[in-house]
Amino acid sequence: MMLEMHTQLRQSRKNNSLQNLVLYIVRRITLFVGSLVTASALVFLLLRILPGDLAQAKLGIDASPEALTQTRTEFGLDDPLILQFLKWLGHALQGDLGVSMLTGANITQEIANKATVTLPLIGLASALALIFAIPLGMYSALNFRRRRGITISAVSQLGIAIPTFWVGVILVTIFSVKFQIFPSGGFPDAGWSSWSSCLESLVLPATTLALGQGAMLMRFARSATIDVIQQDYFRTARATGLTRSQALRIHGVRNSLVPVVSVLGMQIATLIVGAIIVEHVFALPGIGQMLLQDVSIRDYTKVQGTVATTTAAVFLVSFLIDAILGLLNPKSRVNQ
Amino acid sequence: MNKRKASNQNLLFGICMVAFSSTMALLSVFWTPYDPLEINPDISLAKPSWSHLLGTDVLGRDVLSNLLAGSRTTLITAFLVVIITMSLGVTTGIGAALSPRWFNRTAIYSIDIVLALPAVLFAIVLAAIRGPSTFTAVIAISIATSAAVAQVTRREVAVVLNSDFVLAAKACNSNKLKIVQQHILPNIRASLFIQASGAAAIAILAESTLSYLGLGTTPPAPSWGRMLASSQQYLLIDPVVALWPGLAIIITVLGFNLLGDGLREALDPTLRKSRS
Repeated sequence: MMLEMHTQLRQSRKNNSLQNLVLYIVRRITLFVGSLVTASALVFLLLRILPGDLAQAKLGIDASPEALTQTRTEFGLDDPLILQFLKWLGHALQGDLGVSMLTGANITQEIANKATVTLPLIGLASALALIFAIPLGMYSALNFRRRRGITISAVSQLGIAIPTFWVGVILVTIFSVKFQIFPSGGFPDAGWSSWSSCLESLVLPATTLALGQGAMLMRFARSATIDVIQQDYFRTARATGLTRSQALRIHGVRNSLVPVVSVLGMQIATLIVGAIIVEHVFALPGIGQMLLQDVSIRDYTKVQGTVATTTAAVFLVSFLIDAILGLLNPKSRVNQ
Repeated sequence: MNKRKASNQNLLFGICMVAFSSTMALLSVFWTPYDPLEINPDISLAKPSWSHLLGTDVLGRDVLSNLLAGSRTTLITAFLVVIITMSLGVTTGIGAALSPRWFNRTAIYSIDIVLALPAVLFAIVLAAIRGPSTFTAVIAISIATSAAVAQVTRREVAVVLNSDFVLAAKACNSNKLKIVQQHILPNIRASLFIQASGAAAIAILAESTLSYLGLGTTPPAPSWGRMLASSQQYLLIDPVVALWPGLAIIITVLGFNLLGDGLREALDPTLRKSRS
């Protein structure tokens, strides 16, 4: 009798947690799709309503009325705004962001080309940030009452306050101007076929990007580890004779990684923005540099495509990380 | 005991650094060694000397004067952002927490969406449309930071609303406005100060970044971000000029961050026990 009740209870609990998981995933997908549509609508509206006549912008002020009408029909600018948006969204979902109104270039193609610089930059920077930030954060947490722990934590505080572009400028001064170890900017024209020189030209930019990100990650790793150290299970582990770092390795790392991974998900937005800045500092021909150029020449269709793509990438990464966290950590599925 | 000392240090350093920048800004209103905009090609890139304490830039403008005048731009931006962020964020947060369930839910989702948008990216778009200006930068930064403030405020208000003293106030037939004034605001005050200080730090970094990219404060108005951008072009000849605006940004941002941390530890009694 008792056993039966027990099994029943366990069964219902299991169903419940499965239901929770499904609910969680459904909620996350709704949020993902919702934010994607909202964000692209926002970008679309911002760029369409305010600047005035796109056809005029393309053809110049001397354009004849006939030419203007023709361009407007060609790009569907006479349609109601909502129809224009839905059309654009429909094409965008199929991977077609249209052509630049100024240059006629295929926007999807251009973004894909530039991504061969931006994605490795972001990947390299995240890897660098993770490799240094997590061990350092844990070390400073283990020594959080001692001078060395406090020093590391103070350095990370400094790392957050330093503007990314300034780090870039300083690194260029030291490593390119003074010691001439790494190039001060630019990217090989040949692309990744000459991968070693590509990697060389990404070292300084990735380091620049990693410093700020790493400092932030380190603070989270530190406070998460301090949380773990103060848990009962950690004390029990220590009581069984494990040293602090052993206990941390066995019990602490996984627990303290949960908040760190979720922060990494939130940071993807700052990483992308950071990449724009770093590409500007080091004159790397990536997505960010392209976006800034398009903004300065007012190529609105391309700006719209680029911003929509980057925003979608941000949402996708944070969605994936949230989903992974939800699978790993049942606590995070609970509605706040 | 140890903890209290650490918290006091954060607060102390924070206050000192913010006071330093504020003094610079205030001073620049009344006095700068030279006119920050005065161009003098004869003394282009002069080394630091008694007449020009931090040297001059490529156009022969006095670096110290520009640094002082730039602090004014920076702090005014931060001030505006904090005011807009706090009024927008706190109103939304309290409003969402107090309103019916469906509106609360919608607010949570909308806040989440705004939070996920990369703020600087939208600042760039805004700058593309309206043309770069300090005002555009302020608006873009404020919208982004106010979402974060709204999120935290909503959570905190929800906790206060669940407390017994709010229940008691409701039982005494207090209206919502009175409850907000007498119970909610005093209870979330500490968190509001901390968030204001954090928003200031973010605003300063974002403004200098946008100005560096040429999308924030427009010339000739002096700005730290722009000083850095122009000094980068002649890094080979005189790297020191790039040092000062960078240091100024770091001191101010670090100051506001430390101020926030210090306030957190000074005002939040639950943190005093465990955290360093």
